[in-house]
Amino acid sequence: MLSFLIRRLLQTIPTVLAVVLLVFVLFSVVPGSIASTMSDDADPQVELRLKKQLGLDDPVYLRFGTYVARLATGNLGASFRTREPVTTMIAKRAWPTLQLIFASMAFAVVLGVPLGFVAALRPGGIVDSAAMVLAVSGLSLAKFWLGLLLMYLFALKLGWLPSFGYGDGGGKYLILPAVTLGVSPMALLARTTRAAVLEIMTADFVRTARSKGMSEVRVVKWHVMRNALVLILTTMGLQFGALMGQAVVVEKLFSWPGIGSLLVDSVLQRDIPAVQGSILVVVLFFLAINLLIDLLYGVIDPRIRYA
Amino acid sequence: MMFKRVALVAGLGLALVATAEAQTPRKGGTIRMTAPYGSSFTSLDIHTTQRAQDEIYAKALHRSLYIWNSAEGKPVLELAREDVVSGGGLVHTFKLRDDAYFHNGRKMTADDVIWSYNRIMDGAKAYPGARYVRVIEGAAAVEKGQAKEISGLKKIDDFTIEMKLTEKVDPGFYFFTALTSIYPADEAAKDGFIQKPIGLGPYKFVEHVPGSRIVLERWEKFYKPGKPYADKVVVAVMGEAAARDVAFRNKEIDTSVLGPAQYVAYQSDAALKGTVVEVAEVFTRYMGMNPAFKPFTDKRVRQAINYAIDTDLIINKLVKGKAYRATSWLPLTSPLYDKEMKPYAYDPAKAKQLLAEAGYPNGFEFEWTTSQNESWGLPIVTAVIPMLDKVGIKAKVKQVEAAVLSEVVRSGDYQAFIYSQQTGPDPQAALKCFHSATPQSACNYMNFRNAEFDKLIDEAGQADDIAKRGQLLQKANALLYEEAPVWFFNYNKAVMAVQPWLHGVQLNATELTHQNVEDLWVDETSPAK
Repeated sequence: MLSFLIRRLLQTIPTVLAVVLLVFVLFSVVPGSIASTMSDDADPQVELRLKKQLGLDDPVYLRFGTYVARLATGNLGASFRTREPVTTMIAKRAWPTLQLIFASMAFAVVLGVPLGFVAALRPGGIVDSAAMVLAVSGLSLAKFWLGLLLMYLFALKLGWLPSFGYGDGGGKYLILPAVTLGVSPMALLARTTRAAVLEIMTADFVRTARSKGMSEVRVVKWHVMRNALVLILTTMGLQFGALMGQAVVVEKLFSWPGIGSLLVDSVLQRDIPAVQGSILVVVLFFLAINLLIDLLYGVIDPRIRYA
Repeated sequence: MMFKRVALVAGLGLALVATAEAQTPRKGGTIRMTAPYGSSFTSLDIHTTQRAQDEIYAKALHRSLYIWNSAEGKPVLELAREDVVSGGGLVHTFKLRDDAYFHNGRKMTADDVIWSYNRIMDGAKAYPGARYVRVIEGAAAVEKGQAKEISGLKKIDDFTIEMKLTEKVDPGFYFFTALTSIYPADEAAKDGFIQKPIGLGPYKFVEHVPGSRIVLERWEKFYKPGKPYADKVVVAVMGEAAARDVAFRNKEIDTSVLGPAQYVAYQSDAALKGTVVEVAEVFTRYMGMNPAFKPFTDKRVRQAINYAIDTDLIINKLVKGKAYRATSWLPLTSPLYDKEMKPYAYDPAKAKQLLAEAGYPNGFEFEWTTSQNESWGLPIVTAVIPMLDKVGIKAKVKQVEAAVLSEVVRSGDYQAFIYSQQTGPDPQAALKCFHSATPQSACNYMNFRNAEFDKLIDEAGQADDIAKRGQLLQKANALLYEEAPVWFFNYNKAVMAVQPWLHGVQLNATELTHQNVEDLWVDETSPAK
């Protein structure tokens, strides 16, 4: 287990390095700079000084070298915009993003997995058809539009929930953004679960279990569910990563103070250190979740542990 | 006077303000403003940021030497009680208030003003307010690292400073924005200041949730008796217009800036029509033409473009009436706006005639650089292209991101571009952009060169008589109309929806969202009691 963990951790290094290089190169060739986004009528003398102060006049290789050397010590640099350390900025935004992502995933799992199970138990039935219509709709809906619809219904028409903001740190403010973000993974999990369960239900070992007189509840619990979990976990892992990216739209729409909105603001204002830092955190989160999922495979299916 | 006129145009806005004035302001409650310009607040150090978004909260937290008075349409003294002018109009002696307290309880003195201006001129930090403070003699030397302190600033006593300027200008236009806010010299030098800023404004800092909101509460020792009225101010970051619309209708916010589509929707909704407040802001939208591109070197071609475009049609149909037709450069709310001047008429025949006279009877082709902006970007360009086509001019669109457009404009790397430029509140500064001594990278984006224009601007700069200065500047504005370095499109009509319980909203032509928050109050019908 330990060697597996070490091997996986070592595998993340080239991924992280590739992302760092890619982001750096991209923002070196993209036109526009922080100096030009400060204001529509910024003073050119100030702009020149700002570029010098931020090292934007230095050659690309020098900037990259400085960045990597700093990164090796865990220093993400200072934001061009706020002049705060990027680590501080990300730390302030990390908790709201984690709240949002975990709440969305909880919504997706709690609704999507049972829906997929129920649909698979009676394929072609009313429940199955309704569940799949819901799943396809959930996958097709644009988050921006869905978010607005939910705001309109639950805030404006019903008055049950606030339409935007972070309030005192989540609570009722979390519900609408989490549902908006969670609908798509919920739909995907429902479809994945249904497909996995349908396939496993016809597998030889399930037929054998039934022929041995095992009750249907035990068959589903010990054989179907456990085997389906591998595929469900894989989907969840991939969706966690995707949620980090999709949170950008939802956070902006609901004025949610997460890393997604930090990333958008930083890109638009060419705040390169903040962009690099945010993307790095997103990538590390994605890798960490996938590593966790890989470890969980071993718990669910002992054969995988030694692979 | 100009403001009253604009307010008449605004109509509803004036009615709202007048109603507010007729009532007795109520103490207490929470004002819930929105910061609508896209992204999060840049920084809690307002010296470092020039974005309109940041000044929304800064108006509550900080104070500068002057403040914008929307009713009078000009900057007035704020942290000083008196300004005595001497030295041929170059020396200003300010008698500072002796009752202004920072939010840490310490009284403001002349040292704080001098410290703040010296800080802004720190060349190594590149503070954007340097462009204003540079008008003080010796400030540029500090910026270049040639001096440690601004020589033109002298402390006479704790509450008196002498400021020597390099030009005969009204310092009010230079020292009213939050970029030149006065900081507490001792506290602002500490590292933690950026996390918990201290100012002289009517509200003190409570909390910043990055990307979401800033919360401020009443500063009891604010120097204006009885003000501010509300207990708390919350400024929510809400870049999405549709989300703001829901929140406004749901009574979760007190103000919301409206775009063209929402402007029409609100005007046609009986329940919302009364909430709309509008003002002509000091921004001119235009298509700039590069004189280095051969056809545009000829004045007749530039005039032909002005004649070829049905500007009123675009404003009415595409911009949904959310703009005022531009005549020349100075906008409607400029004190020197020439109301006698008539805009270029829509006259394609005249445009063709001018093109033929200029040697382009069959027209020509040019590249038009634009952003996606809905009010002065791609949709406008798309509507104009067929109009130009009718007189033989073909335009090819080059679409770029907003951040890139500003670089294109400053570098001169274009044949034509469409833009929105601040043209006030100081008419002298706005017109000086066209002076040949002003670099293209500063604000002379069309690289305009005209000896007659330079002479008028130079004479205006030397004039002691304000009326004479005004006449010279109006002549310069008229010359720009004749020379037509741009297609004069429109002056921005800023529109904001204001809940009926929020009173005291000012029609600020420099930026409608920038409110002197101490004058705002909410009545008992506000949901945020």
